[in-house]
Amino acid sequence: MAATNLLEFDKVSVEFEAGVRVLNEVSFAVPEGQTRIIMGAAGSGKTVLLKTAMGLNRACGGSVRLLGEDITHKPENQLFEIRARVGMLFQDSALFDSMTVAQNVAYPLLNQKSIQIPRDKMEDKVRESLRFVELEQAITKYPSELSGGMRRRAAIARAVVTGPPLLLYDSPTAGLDPITAHTIMALIIKERDMDNTTALVVTHRYQDGNLVANFRYNPDNGTLDPASEKATNTVFMVLREGRLVFEGTQTELEACSDEYVGKFVKKPEMAA
Amino acid sequence: MLASGFVLDFLKGPTLALQDFCLLTGRAMRNVTRQPHYSDDIKLQMDSIGVGSIPIVLLTGFFSGAVMALQMGRALQQYGQTGRTGTVVSIILVRELGPVLTSLMVAGRNASGIASELGSMKVTEQIDAMRALGTDPIQKLVTPRMIATGVMLPCLTVIDDFVGMVGGWIIGKLLYDLDALQYWSQTWHALVWSDVAQGLLKPFVYSFVISLIGCFYGLRASGGTQGVGRATTQAMVAASVTILILNLFMGLIFVKYSGT
Repeated sequence: MAATNLLEFDKVSVEFEAGVRVLNEVSFAVPEGQTRIIMGAAGSGKTVLLKTAMGLNRACGGSVRLLGEDITHKPENQLFEIRARVGMLFQDSALFDSMTVAQNVAYPLLNQKSIQIPRDKMEDKVRESLRFVELEQAITKYPSELSGGMRRRAAIARAVVTGPPLLLYDSPTAGLDPITAHTIMALIIKERDMDNTTALVVTHRYQDGNLVANFRYNPDNGTLDPASEKATNTVFMVLREGRLVFEGTQTELEACSDEYVGKFVKKPEMAA
Repeated sequence: MLASGFVLDFLKGPTLALQDFCLLTGRAMRNVTRQPHYSDDIKLQMDSIGVGSIPIVLLTGFFSGAVMALQMGRALQQYGQTGRTGTVVSIILVRELGPVLTSLMVAGRNASGIASELGSMKVTEQIDAMRALGTDPIQKLVTPRMIATGVMLPCLTVIDDFVGMVGGWIIGKLLYDLDALQYWSQTWHALVWSDVAQGLLKPFVYSFVISLIGCFYGLRASGGTQGVGRATTQAMVAASVTILILNLFMGLIFVKYSGT
């Protein structure tokens, strides 16, 4: 039986100024359990694509189906309940700077109508989420007191605290050193494999996609173990000036002869 | 043809801004009766906007009442009517100066504060994060500020009026040797119900101007810290000018329909 599509784009176009399309007739579908790596140069429409998937940006053409519902023309007040079932990590974390880490993580639990958690269970849930990202020690700190990597981890904790089936990560490793970037990607893989979530990961680093496609989280020793591309169910997409120019597996990506697509791929002989 | 096209293009921006402001106002008003109500945010804003503004309101009220008594007492002295100083101070403060000065002070402090706070949230994607986390930013951020300003601004105006009268009395006592009983009985008897209604209705209306204009410019901020600074200035200027314009029209309405 075919898996249900959690997100579907059908010829979606987005315009901010008349005649200037930042997304141009983009079509794809994300079935349950799949991880999509979205790559592209700066300004190619990666972030716009994620925000359109959440209904934060409106499509001027085509249709967007999120968790089985057509959100293209839904009024804003009807979108909140749907968005509550999707977790999103923003590019600069977007933590509420007047709240502590604990308050940030508790925010979806306190403010989403569909979440019914007793107040006395709230702290346990927040701690559990922070433990998942190994940030429990920073529970009382404010975002301004955290490093870039810690902020990203706190934002992941906030995104996953309600256990959403779909997660959208916007450049999770942007601006981080390689070690911290690896830690963040390991968390994304851990979340995927522990909770079987579907995810869209926007990145411009090929190694991030490579890690997601070829490694699985081992809960026994807490490390990443090599896995087959098929086992991780990872698909790559490449955007160029708002158009989807590539969609396929990592093997297909590496075999692609397109010059633009090739720029994002670190081929084995090049790496050597 | 070319000129009319230019005018139409020129008017597009302000018309769109007015439309967006009306939509924001409508949604903020509609949320007053809708769940969820963020009572903690309302209390927090009442403390920040109301209690936080007391010092400037006390200073403004006292010195405006004092200077009014100083100048009015001098003018009335020419007609041997210094005893009427309390009447003049009371009417001008309650009808006009109290509501306008309090609103302008609160606009300077809070319209800009609201715009900078919401503007910072906008440029750092916190507003988008709020929407993505299933919360309506208008319900969470705008409506509590609107309710809090609506409750606190009339209260601040009453404080400003009273402190202004005290300032007038001190100057009347020191410079014109006014009798305390005479001054206070005149300030009391000079006021009629329509003055009190005018003095409370005006700040109530201006409270919406302050909170909604502050929120509107904050939520439209773009272009990083420079954009936030611009939004802050625009919010303060727009709120102050709107208050002064509305004050004339509200004054005209009260003069026409209540005779005061």
